[in-house]
Amino acid sequence: MTGPVHFQLTDDQRALRDGTRELLVGRHDRDRLRGRGLPCSWGSPRSWGSPRSWGSPRSNEVESGGEVESGGEVESGGEAESGGGVESSGEVDDPALDRALWRELGDAGFFALRLPEAAGGVGLGLPEAVLVFEEAGRALLPGPLVAGQLLAGVVDGVAAGERIAGLCDAAADPVLWEHPAGCDEVVFLGEGTRGARGRTGEAYRSAAADVTCAPFASVDPLTPLARVTGRSRSTPLALDVPRLRREAALLTAAQQLGSAARTVEMAVAHARRREQFGAPIGSFQAVKHLCAQMLVRAELARSAVYAAAVTDDALDVAGAKLLADEAAVRNARDCVQVHGGMGFTWEADVHLHLKRAWLRAECWGTAREAEEALADALPG
Amino acid sequence: MDLTYTEEEEAFRARLREWLAEVLPKVPPKPAAADWPGRRAYDAAWQRMLYDAGYAGLHWPVDAGGQGATPTQHLIYLEESEKAGAPYVGANFVGLLHAGPTIAAEGSAAQRARWLPPILRGDEIWCQGFSEPDAGSDLASLRTKAVRDGDDYVVSGSKIWTSHAEVADWCELLVRTDPEAPRHRGISWLAMPMDAPGVTVRPLRTLAGSAEFAEVFLDEVRVPAAHRVGAEHDGWRVTMVTLSFERGTAFVGEVVACRRVLGALARTARANGRWDDAVLRRRLGRLHAEFAALWRLTQWNVSEAQSIGGVPGSGGSVFKLRYSHARQELYDAAAEVLGAESLDADREWVADRLSALSYTIAAGTSQIQQNIVAERILGLPKGR
Ligand SMILES: Cc1cc2nc3c(=O)[nH]c(=O)nc-3n(C[C@H](O)[C@H](O)[C@H](O)COP(=O)(O)OP(=O)(O)OC[C@H]3O[C@@H](n4cnc5c(N)ncnc54)[C@H](O)[C@@H]3O)c2cc1C
Repeated sequence: MTGPVHFQLTDDQRALRDGTRELLVGRHDRDRLRGRGLPCSWGSPRSWGSPRSWGSPRSNEVESGGEVESGGEVESGGEAESGGGVESSGEVDDPALDRALWRELGDAGFFALRLPEAAGGVGLGLPEAVLVFEEAGRALLPGPLVAGQLLAGVVDGVAAGERIAGLCDAAADPVLWEHPAGCDEVVFLGEGTRGARGRTGEAYRSAAADVTCAPFASVDPLTPLARVTGRSRSTPLALDVPRLRREAALLTAAQQLGSAARTVEMAVAHARRREQFGAPIGSFQAVKHLCAQMLVRAELARSAVYAAAVTDDALDVAGAKLLADEAAVRNARDCVQVHGGMGFTWEADVHLHLKRAWLRAECWGTAREAEEALADALPG
Repeated sequence: MDLTYTEEEEAFRARLREWLAEVLPKVPPKPAAADWPGRRAYDAAWQRMLYDAGYAGLHWPVDAGGQGATPTQHLIYLEESEKAGAPYVGANFVGLLHAGPTIAAEGSAAQRARWLPPILRGDEIWCQGFSEPDAGSDLASLRTKAVRDGDDYVVSGSKIWTSHAEVADWCELLVRTDPEAPRHRGISWLAMPMDAPGVTVRPLRTLAGSAEFAEVFLDEVRVPAAHRVGAEHDGWRVTMVTLSFERGTAFVGEVVACRRVLGALARTARANGRWDDAVLRRRLGRLHAEFAALWRLTQWNVSEAQSIGGVPGSGGSVFKLRYSHARQELYDAAAEVLGAESLDADREWVADRLSALSYTIAAGTSQIQQNIVAERILGLPKGR
């Protein structure tokens, strides 16, 4: 059987995926993840895992930051010093964001992936970006990653990971800002063009300090949020807003896919290890079938997300996001179920996947919007 | 990752389209569902047209009389045939997709010469006698016995759910030739003529009203030993070889058809006012995404089969689990669009809603598919 192989990963794409996975495992492992933004020392049953003293985010950062300066510092850039827009929060730093890691991601080409090589980028396309974001979703990598990818080449320093920019959907209500304390700048998309698929919207750029916010207690401990209430100064940007929205949705869907695939693995690993009634719980069909359905959801989402990366079509992206959101959320819930009581603890990572999945499902196109758009597009 | 076709593939598609446009007007009208001789003649005539045009056995190897097409060409063929409204494979299903490929892979030269050309020409129809009253999901527990007597096997037992048994000339039959051996090792694969003395076919009416399958009683039926394909007691392996011919293309035409039905549902709902119901609209929108993704998953599985040399990955079970469910949801949505009209059994969507129920049962139930996915793909332990 010879002939071209169309819809499969190329060797280069496989290598990119594996390389990204290695980078994230090496630099962003579970302990680091838990050392950040998880202000908790309660509720970890002593019987599993040694009792951990949760260091303050800062001490943890110094420990792991190693050769680079500690995470809280921001490179020059005057007004952006600390993104002080959050009114009530006393915190200056964003415990979930690691600037050293951010720079490392920048060095690795995470943000400049699709910039032309002449502009210091890697010169790859949307499918490659999707593979990389899938890995980020798998590893629960925190931070305004979509913004970094979409604003590389738009906001100086973002491509290299030296400066951190946020991307807000100004057409949403409320307008939520991820990692407000960690961002130097924010770009707002499409105010006043709500629901207009394909219509050109507007984009504005603001220094973080010029944005006023109200506190918002984020359900995801690794993604601090603020509610944007106003901007004192902003500059319009000439950007293709429909394209940015489409890509933001696709890259968010890719992260959901990574998370959905990861929770299948977590559930399966637990189901093989944990024994009850004298047998691994994974030998019970009720558990087996939960796991099988998790895989089905993840794989269906995978073909939709990969195809949308190839076609770059708004409707394909909407459908891919819909299925990837569902896969991430439902897989995380089933993963909780397979873990039993442990799944309900703060200590197990499952809840982090669920909470992030909920958050992403609300970003860049909800189920309602996607379903209405897809219904609308049916012929006749 | 790429979703474009090569020039060669596009040329294949163009030739096929042209041919379909030319020949479809000459296809006679479809016979009634209950008219079995008419259905057989219709399916056979279409197969003959394919044969004459060089499209018969497209995915079969060339040395078996097929066209040796790539999985992608096969996908294009099924997609275009469905879009053009060409007849389905119908009664030729087992011959072209199960028995024929098995004989092509495992049969002797004489067996291939005897059975393959008539399948390709549409001259002979095959059915599949695997399931038994006491051996369904647990197929390897089958008990129909075949005892060697001179040059023949003497076969006794009964088969059930045998599709197209009423019109078939041949049956690919799994029998137990060694009752002492471990379950999978005592089975043989036989080609049994359906007109042999001792074969009794009793049609079974499905819940959709028609008699799509039958019980087949076998009372000391003599089947020549020369009709055994593969070694004696090796029938389980011989049967499993067949599965590798399917290459993820089994439901290509149906997914295309489902997407068309979805469009028709939207048109109907817009016309009868039900479109104003946001719940229904969103349901149709979600199905739109599902079937689009199932189409992509098909392309993914076919590309995978092509890249690893024609053997399908385990993606088939993943696909079937979701597709069979989505198909049932599609026709449930159709019923919602139709309202009380969905109680009219003469309506096309109503009949399809009923027949969709078989999708989570036939060819491995959803529970069995989930076991397969959990054990073979995810590596979970066997157990209860
Ligand atoms: C339309 C149609 C056409 C068919 N055509 C043919 C044909 O041409 N030739 C042929 O040989 N067969 C044919 N079949 C038979 C088909 O392969 C069987 O119906 C199928 O394998 C299930 O077997 P069963 O009916 O005995 O159900 P059973 O195996 O008795 O299953 C009954 C229920 O128990 C569940 N179950 C069984 N075992 C397990 C398990 N280990 N774990 C969890 N749940 C389990 C099943 O999922 C199902 O829900 C056809 C069936 C249909 C519906």
